[in-house]
Amino acid sequence: MTWYIVRRVLQGIPVFLGSTFIIFSMVFAMPGNPILRMFGDRTPSEAQIAALEAKFHLDQDFLTRYFLYLGDIFQGNLGTTYAGQSVNEILLRTFPTTLRLAVLAVLIQLIVGVLAGLVSGLRKGGIFDHATLIVTLLLISVPVFVLAFVAQWFFGIELGWVRPTVGQGAPWQDLILPAIVLAALNMAYVVRLTRGSVIETNQMDFVRMAYGKGLARGRVVPVHILRNSMIPVTTSLAADFGILIVGATVTEGIFNVPGVGNELFKAINRHDMPEIVSIVTILVIVYVFVNLLIDLLYGVLDPRIRYVKK
Amino acid sequence: MKKKSLALGLAAGVSAAVLALTGCASGSAPAPTDGPVAAGPAVTVNWSEPENLLIPANTNEVNGGLVLNNLFAGLVYYEADGAWAYDAAESIESDDFQHWTIKVKPGQTFSDGTPVTAESFVKAWQWGASDPELLNQWWFIDAVPFEGGTYDGGEDTLALEVVDDLTFTVDLTRPMADFPLALGYTVFFPLPEAFYADPDAFGASPIGNGPYKLSDEGWVPGTKLGVVPSESYTGPRTPQNSGVDFIVYASEDAQYADLLSDNLDIVQNVPQSALATFQADLGDRAVYQGNAVFQSFTIQPTLPHFAYDEEGTLRRAAISHAINREEITQVIFEGTRTPAEDFTSPVIAGFDPASIEGSDVLEFDPDKAVDLWAQADAISPWSGSFQIAYNADSSHQAWVDATANSIKNVLGIDASGLPYPDFAGLRTEVNDRTIPSAFRTGWQFDFPSQSNILGALYVTGAGSNDADYSNPEFDELFDEGVTSATLEEQVAAFNAAQALLFRDLPAIPLWYGATTAGYSTLVDNVEFGWDSWPILYAVTKAAQ
Repeated sequence: MTWYIVRRVLQGIPVFLGSTFIIFSMVFAMPGNPILRMFGDRTPSEAQIAALEAKFHLDQDFLTRYFLYLGDIFQGNLGTTYAGQSVNEILLRTFPTTLRLAVLAVLIQLIVGVLAGLVSGLRKGGIFDHATLIVTLLLISVPVFVLAFVAQWFFGIELGWVRPTVGQGAPWQDLILPAIVLAALNMAYVVRLTRGSVIETNQMDFVRMAYGKGLARGRVVPVHILRNSMIPVTTSLAADFGILIVGATVTEGIFNVPGVGNELFKAINRHDMPEIVSIVTILVIVYVFVNLLIDLLYGVLDPRIRYVKK
Repeated sequence: MKKKSLALGLAAGVSAAVLALTGCASGSAPAPTDGPVAAGPAVTVNWSEPENLLIPANTNEVNGGLVLNNLFAGLVYYEADGAWAYDAAESIESDDFQHWTIKVKPGQTFSDGTPVTAESFVKAWQWGASDPELLNQWWFIDAVPFEGGTYDGGEDTLALEVVDDLTFTVDLTRPMADFPLALGYTVFFPLPEAFYADPDAFGASPIGNGPYKLSDEGWVPGTKLGVVPSESYTGPRTPQNSGVDFIVYASEDAQYADLLSDNLDIVQNVPQSALATFQADLGDRAVYQGNAVFQSFTIQPTLPHFAYDEEGTLRRAAISHAINREEITQVIFEGTRTPAEDFTSPVIAGFDPASIEGSDVLEFDPDKAVDLWAQADAISPWSGSFQIAYNADSSHQAWVDATANSIKNVLGIDASGLPYPDFAGLRTEVNDRTIPSAFRTGWQFDFPSQSNILGALYVTGAGSNDADYSNPEFDELFDEGVTSATLEEQVAAFNAAQALLFRDLPAIPLWYGATTAGYSTLVDNVEFGWDSWPILYAVTKAAQ
């Protein structure tokens, strides 16, 4: 087990190096001189272009710049934005918000999705089952930004139940609406996964056995059916958590959530290259790490696929 | 869950109608009060993080500029219509428009208590002109012809002289009658001694001499920047509110949603998606007024068939006549642009296109366009296609395609848009003169004078003369205009100069920009200036 974790972490190193290299070359190979962009429609003088190129190391060749950047990263310095803010600080500021949003979204999926899936699975073919099928179909087919705009407009502006965007400090109550929107798509999958899984488990011999030996429904459903149906669902939830935690750029933008996705979106709009590369690099690392946790989670849930040292 | 989804769709339709019907209600404005700072909550306005630290000499974009404009007081400030008035200066005088004497009002202080003196200005300007890394350095060289201004930089290059505590003199290389008008720009703000110790730290929390100072919270990166009235400010721009919070938004749609629900007081730009409806949504609280933005496309003379000769001039005029500006501004921009009538802007003093010879070249006239094009073909037959380059990272595609189609339909030639992935890529090719087509250009006035755009874009060798236009006659008329003592004389000279532009068409004028903005039910006395900025000190907000 320990050896497996060590090996996986070591495998992360080439992934990290490769991804920084690719991101770095993509961002810096973009055509055009970013210095000219800073001046808008005005054309700067040769002296100004030369001075600014030197300031941002744009006059050096690609490899030199890449190794300068890597050197900084290994010293724990992710660089500074053109506006002079440290990228470390930006991540420390934005990451907790994205994390809270992701946790909230996963909780909503877990509670609403699993409950709905369980009920429709146990009453297969009933009205509730059909209704859930239609609603989940709708949720899967509507693009997330449409859902976000409609929800924002209806609940935020028309009904005025919530603030249309997230206020300062991102209080929990403001995060609920964006979390529901974020949860919607994967929640639809969770409902269907749970339903299918429950139907399957329900027909298993050990369930019939449990009923046969006289156990109450209130005991069979949670302990025998639900627990055994949760393996695929948990995997799906964990995978979605991995996606959410690296920032939901579109949704965060629509609700103005001060999270990582929003910050990345703004950085791209500003063409703030050091910031873009650093944020994406960190997101890659987080994603790799979360995926490792998910793989370990498999073993916890199902002892049959636990990793053993050969 | 099914029920909720259905109800949502239905209610959305009904409520849209209700919103449109009730959108016109708006309270009447209470009279602004003088004297002590108003109580109540701070006015909130949408904002984006500035691209650079808040240092006047290095801030050339609107977000940083708006904040600095409220934190600092320059020698002069601009009123809503672009007229200038003294702010920190007592007088700005000259006998020959070339050698100026500037007197600073006595008794002014920065918000840290240090006095505002002649030295505060002179040292700040010398610093701003000293380093080519600073984005606004060109102001001391191209925009205003300071004696001693150079792109090589160096300490104390400008010919500025401190006469006494409150007086200093400025020498220019040539007369400039509207020199005081330029002095309202950010780069000419004074700086306190505290700045020079650590410019970067200062840029994160600036100390100014303006109507506002940073609040205790100050700049919270990624969230907001708060300012409160500064008790040390004694100038004419007295704040009528308890402060302003500049709130960071990532998208225009988000800020508009907050405006509609009264969670944000002032939105400076309505999103594209709401342009058709914002006047109905907001009623009296919708702001729609012309601003000092001029849009055009430029054709470099190196483009085959478009040199500044007889053929090129005919073709440029034919293309201009072939563009249906009226229709494009209505259909593509929902009427939020106005067809261009000259090379300046209707909100800048001196605008008088009717009296300029040749301005009818901007009229949509298919027959004339075809005729001119045929005359050009007689000189040298046309081949190839006419393309207009644009940066696809901003919403330009729709109007470029419409313009190209207009040209294509009228002249019967192949015309299309030529997208570049981003602005930097486009500008690089423009700058290197390697761009294989016409390209979109625009100008946002830095200070409210026609000399700003005419001097920067069309004078021989000017920094932003992308069209490589060089006409001694134009240069002479321009010089005459900038040295004129009165606006009438200046306009006469500039109009004569513009007549040459209409003849040669180094750029094809398209339309003028407009400020499309709005404010919440909680604020009153919201006015937007010629520069598209809200005049924040005048805004009042009722206590909740």
